[in-house]
Amino acid sequence: MAAEDAALRDLYQQVILDHSRHPRNQGRLDGPDCHHARGHNPACGDEVEVWLKTGPQGQIEDIRFEGQGCAISQASASLMTLALKGASPEAARRLMADFHALVTGASAVGDAEALGNLLALEGVQKFPQRIKCATLAWHAAEQALNQGTQNGRSS
Amino acid sequence: MPDLSHRRADFPILHQQVGGHPLIYLDSAASSQKPRQVIDALVRYYERDNANVHRGLHELSNRATEQFEAVRAKVARFIGAASADEVIFTRGTTEGVNLVAQVWASHFLRPGDVIVSTGMEHHSNLVPWQLAAERCGAVVKYVPVLEDGTLDLAALRALLEEGSVKLLTCVHVSNSLGTINPVAQICAWARALGITTLVDGAQAVGHMPVDVQAIGCDFYVFSGHKICAPTGIGVLYGRAEVLANMPPWHGGGEMIDSVTLEGSTYKQAPARFEAGTPDIAGVIGLGAAIDYLEGIGIEVIHAHGQELIQATLQKLQTVPGLRVLGPPPPVQRGSLAAFSLACAHPHDLVEYANTKGLALRGGHHCTQPLMRRFGVVGTSRASFYLYNTHAEADRLVEVLHQAVKFFS
Repeated sequence: MAAEDAALRDLYQQVILDHSRHPRNQGRLDGPDCHHARGHNPACGDEVEVWLKTGPQGQIEDIRFEGQGCAISQASASLMTLALKGASPEAARRLMADFHALVTGASAVGDAEALGNLLALEGVQKFPQRIKCATLAWHAAEQALNQGTQNGRSS
Repeated sequence: MPDLSHRRADFPILHQQVGGHPLIYLDSAASSQKPRQVIDALVRYYERDNANVHRGLHELSNRATEQFEAVRAKVARFIGAASADEVIFTRGTTEGVNLVAQVWASHFLRPGDVIVSTGMEHHSNLVPWQLAAERCGAVVKYVPVLEDGTLDLAALRALLEEGSVKLLTCVHVSNSLGTINPVAQICAWARALGITTLVDGAQAVGHMPVDVQAIGCDFYVFSGHKICAPTGIGVLYGRAEVLANMPPWHGGGEMIDSVTLEGSTYKQAPARFEAGTPDIAGVIGLGAAIDYLEGIGIEVIHAHGQELIQATLQKLQTVPGLRVLGPPPPVQRGSLAAFSLACAHPHDLVEYANTKGLALRGGHHCTQPLMRRFGVVGTSRASFYLYNTHAEADRLVEVLHQAVKFFS
């Protein structure tokens, strides 16, 4: 394999190509405990929308996404839904922070094990232009989660 | 086909490796590369002649002024303007459009007036009009784009005849479709109805012969950096009669006739629209770029671009799942092709191509409404200029085949 193919394979690992071709948890959620937010990358026009349903303790009972984008943004969204499903708000926020640390390399990852398959996105670090692709769905999920927990507090 | 491959030696930047491969620069529609002749002109200017223009009496200022104004005359001749006074230097196409959308529109548009634009405009010839319409209470109406990437000319004509239309703005060559619009015909229809016209020539000038008087437009805009000149310099052509009725834009030095504390009077065009110290080096560079292009011959550059793009369109048909936007061959188009690939998003494809030394553009190309029209989030675009070769086009097609294998 040529050197540049190795670098490409680093970015486009099999798990990423698999999730980009067959994204999990696509669709919408509707109901009283469902929260929705939209992520938009003006540089490329990509959009990802995230819906999540929170339980009585604020845990993420279900999560779905819709949108169009590159392999990185689609795979990241798909893997994210698997990782966040069932998570408490605290665990979800820890995961979000760790994922951010993973793709930016700005700080150390706290709990690599919790990231699981998401570790495949570490290659994004070497492609700074793509960090926004990888984090697009995560920003939307964070916003949706904030809505959920704010509503949870006020009710 | 004219062989311009020996011209590659004029472009120092082309002779480098990217990702271990020879650079293949296919993004000239975004910005062109610069020949040694232009780079040398900038160095010469800064090393020998640099001074402010129009206001010094010393030798250097005289030299700078002389060269600066000589370029204005050169530009006028290059685009077929009747007079050098119709050439206003701007920062680029975007600034040219904004100047008209602010000064002309604010002065002439009334609530209820209509601006006619098209569905294939670059954001820089779209958003300024939306802003102007908002300010003036005018409305922007858009000519639809047909499936083959051409304008719906019947709809355009009908829109013009609806009444209340004060301005028509239209791109000469689409940066996403490659479509060459029949701007002379369109401007003739508009002129007959007393409608002012602006043509965005960012992808036309330097690629094909452009004659603003033959087109018959009131305004024509283009950028230097897309035609081998430095970034930061562009041209707004305005027909003398139209410019004469426009108030100034920015206030400052250079544009005034006389200034008192009670008020000021202003120079005529072009000085009226060029407040402050201009990008003198940029203008000198633009002049050197025009000399360079004319040394080759715009007709020759055009023939080379046509031959290259038509051959490339044929070859692209061999790539599985690839769809090219814009007029199908053999219709003449700008020397660019934007395409979508079923198996890969433009960002992924451009990333892939980059590792093979290819510089492509991926995304919406600042034409989001057009991308929506064709049901794509974005496209990948290969655009050629005089320094590109058939071998490079072949390599593009080869890499696209590899990308299909990689992403499928």
